[in-house]
Amino acid sequence: MSTVTDLLPAARGGTGTKTGGRRFGAFRLFGGQSNSGGESAAKRVQFASPFLPYLFLAPQLAIIFIFFYWPSVQAIQSSFYLEDPFGFGSTFVGMTNYTDVLKSGEYLGIARFTAVFTALVTFFALSIGLLLAVKADGVIRGNAAYKTLLIWVYAIAPPVAGLIGMMFFDQHIGPIVELARWFGWDIKVGLNYFDTAFSMVVVSVWKQIPYNFIFFLSGLQGIPVSVREAAAIDCRSGFRRFWTVILPLLAPTAFFLLIINVTYALFDTFGVIDVMVKDKAANNPITLVYKVYMDGFRGNDLGGSSAQSVILMLIVFVLTIFQFRFIERRVHYN
Amino acid sequence: MFKKFTLAALTFAFSATSSLAATNITWWHGMAGRNGEVINEVSKKFNEAQSACALTPVSKGTYEEALASGIAAFRSGEQPNILQVFDAGAATIINAKGAVIPAEDLIIKAGHNFDRNAFIDGVRHFYADSEGKFVGMPFNSSAPIMYINDEALKKAGVEAPKTWEEFEAAAPKLKEAGYIPLVQSQLTWQFTENFFSRNNIQFATNNNGYDAVVDTQLKVTDPNLVMMFDKLKAWKDEGYFAFYGAGWNDNQKVFEEGKAAFWIGSSGSFGGLQKTAQMPFSATFLPYWGSIKGAGTNSFIGGAALFAMSGKSDEENKCVADFFQFLTSPEIQYFYHKATGYVAITKAAYELAQKDGYYKEKPVAEVGIKQLMLPAGDWSKGYRLGFYPQIREIMEREYGRIFSGETTVKDAFDTIEKEGNELLARFAKTAG
Repeated sequence: MSTVTDLLPAARGGTGTKTGGRRFGAFRLFGGQSNSGGESAAKRVQFASPFLPYLFLAPQLAIIFIFFYWPSVQAIQSSFYLEDPFGFGSTFVGMTNYTDVLKSGEYLGIARFTAVFTALVTFFALSIGLLLAVKADGVIRGNAAYKTLLIWVYAIAPPVAGLIGMMFFDQHIGPIVELARWFGWDIKVGLNYFDTAFSMVVVSVWKQIPYNFIFFLSGLQGIPVSVREAAAIDCRSGFRRFWTVILPLLAPTAFFLLIINVTYALFDTFGVIDVMVKDKAANNPITLVYKVYMDGFRGNDLGGSSAQSVILMLIVFVLTIFQFRFIERRVHYN
Repeated sequence: MFKKFTLAALTFAFSATSSLAATNITWWHGMAGRNGEVINEVSKKFNEAQSACALTPVSKGTYEEALASGIAAFRSGEQPNILQVFDAGAATIINAKGAVIPAEDLIIKAGHNFDRNAFIDGVRHFYADSEGKFVGMPFNSSAPIMYINDEALKKAGVEAPKTWEEFEAAAPKLKEAGYIPLVQSQLTWQFTENFFSRNNIQFATNNNGYDAVVDTQLKVTDPNLVMMFDKLKAWKDEGYFAFYGAGWNDNQKVFEEGKAAFWIGSSGSFGGLQKTAQMPFSATFLPYWGSIKGAGTNSFIGGAALFAMSGKSDEENKCVADFFQFLTSPEIQYFYHKATGYVAITKAAYELAQKDGYYKEKPVAEVGIKQLMLPAGDWSKGYRLGFYPQIREIMEREYGRIFSGETTVKDAFDTIEKEGNELLARFAKTAG
C-alpha cells in the first residue's frame, strides 16, 4: 500500500534542501532562514560529544526511515507478487506485474498524458509566476497589498482548489463554461477528454502560481541595486536587460522552482484531479499517480499498483539525476 | 461525610464497571450525509434496546474507502466487527475465505433462527454463496428504477413505457414537447449489470461467476447488450437521450430541474429527490426489451451488505449476530426504509409498510421493492466477479468514449471484454 505519499516528500525534501543550501537570497523574505546557507560556515558550532549530533538527527532519520524507506522497500517487494487483498495468499509472479502494466496501452496513454500535463503545468505556472513577480517588483505604491493578494491563493488546500475549480467548470452552473459558450466553445468537463484536460491544467496552474510568485519575487529582491543600475547605464531596453542580466541571476531560483513544479505536477495535483473527475475517471484524463490510487485503493490490486509506484519512483529518480547533472551545470550561483 | 464520599466513589466504580461490562463492537461504513445520520440513529436504537452490547458506527468515507480501510485494518489485525461492503466489492470479500464469518452461521450459532425465505427474492442471492447461504447481511438495498416527470408526460400526451420499444415510440413526442426524453445516472449498474438481470441474459461464464473464480469470463459482447448501446448512441444523436458523463449528479440534475422526461436512478434516490425535484414526479420499473425472449425478470439488489469480520471473540460475535437480528426486525427495516428510501429487505417489513399505508401515501417508495420481487430468471440474480470495481472503471471509460465518438459500440465492448477478462484472470491468481 505504500504508494505515492512516501515518494513525494522524499523527492521534494531531497531536492529542496540541496538547492536550498546553496541558493542565494531566495529565502530572504523569510528572514533568519537564509543563515542556513554559506554564512553559517563561518560560525560553526562544535559539539562536546561526537554522538550528540546523531542523537539530534535521530528523530528525523527515524521518520525518514519509517515513512519513506520502509514503505518503499515493501512496495518493491509486493510488486513481484500477486496477492489477495486480505493477505491470505500471495503468489510470486516475477516481473509479470511490470510487463502487464507496460504492455497496457491504457497505461502508456496515461503516461503520455502525464508528461504533457506536467510540461504544461510547469511551463505556465513558472512563466505566469515570473511575469507577476516582475510586475509586482516594479510596483512601489501599495506593493504589500498586491503581494498579499497574489500569495493568498497558496493557502488553499488542493482539494478545495479542485472544488472551486470544478464549480467554475461545472456543466450546469460554471461561469467559465458560460463565458466559453459566448465564444462558441461548449466546455464539457467530465465528458470531453480535451475539455477536462484543459480545466485540470487551468486549476493546477492557478493553484501553483502564488508559490512561484513568492520565490521569484524574493529572488528579484535579492538582486543588488548596483547591478541593476550598472545594467541600466549599459542598456536602454528593459526587456533585454531582463533577458541578459536579471534572468541569469534568477537562474538558481528558477532551477529550484523547476524541480518543485515538476514534482507538484506529477504528484501534488492528485487532489485537484480527484475532485475534477468526481471519483469516476471514466474516459477523462488522469495522471500516473491517480492510476496507482485507482488500482491499489479502489481496485485492491496491490501487486499491480505497487509495480506502478515503483515505476514512478524510478521516474523521479531519473528525473532528479538528470536535473542535477545536466541542468544545474548551466546554473551559476554567485 | 467520609462515608458518603466512599459510597459515592463506590457507586461510581460500580457504574463504571457495569458500563465496561457491555461488549463493544464497531461498525465501519461508507455512508455520508443523511444516510450516515440514519446509521447513527439505527445504532442508537440498538444500544437502547439492550445493554449487553455497545455498537459504535464509524464512517470511513465512500464505499471504496470503507472497503480499502477494512482491508488495511484486517491485514494489521485491527479490523472492525462489521464492515459494510458495496455490491461491486462483494467478490473481493467473499472470495477471501477466512476474512469473514458467514452471516448465516453467525446468527445460527448465536441461537437465533434464520429463514432465508423471510427475505425478498431479489436480495437473496447477491451476497450469498453458490448454495444460497448468506455470507453478507443485506443492508441498504436499492434497485435501478425509472423516475417520471409527470408534467412532461401530460404535455406530450404519452404514457410511461414498460419496454424500450414503447420508449422509442414516445420519445419523438417528448422531444417535440421540449423535453430531453431520457437521462440516466450509472451506465454500469443500470444499463449493463441490471440489463442482464432485467432481460434475463447471461453476464459471465461459470454461472455469472458464482461457481468459480478460475476461467470466469465476461460475455459483454452479447448482441443484445451491443444493441442496447447502439440504440442509446442513436438516441443520443437523435436528441432522445442525453449523457453528462460518469458523474451521478450531473445527470440527475437535468431531471430535477424538470428538463428531462425520464431518469433512470436508484430507488434510494427517492428520499433526496422529494426535496430537490422541481416538478411532480412518479416512478416505474426499469424498462426491458419486449423483443428479447424471457425478458422482464427482476433486477438484483444494489447498494451494500454488512460483513462480520473474523478474528473476533465469541462475545463480540454474539453481539454482531444480535445486531444483525435486530436489523432485520420489521420495525427497524420499516424505519430504515422510510428514512432513506432504500428498500425493505424482508417480506415482513414490506407487509408492515403496506399495512401502515405508507405506499398509499408514497407510491414511488414501493416501485423498487416490487421490481426486486418480480419473477426471477436464470440470470437475474446478479454476478460475482473479482476486481469488479476496476472492470467497472473500464466500462465507464469505454462508455464515455462511445458517447464522445472516440470509439464504436462494437469496439468498446471488445475492449471491455478483453481487458475485463485479463483482470478476472489476474484475480483468479490472487485468490488461488
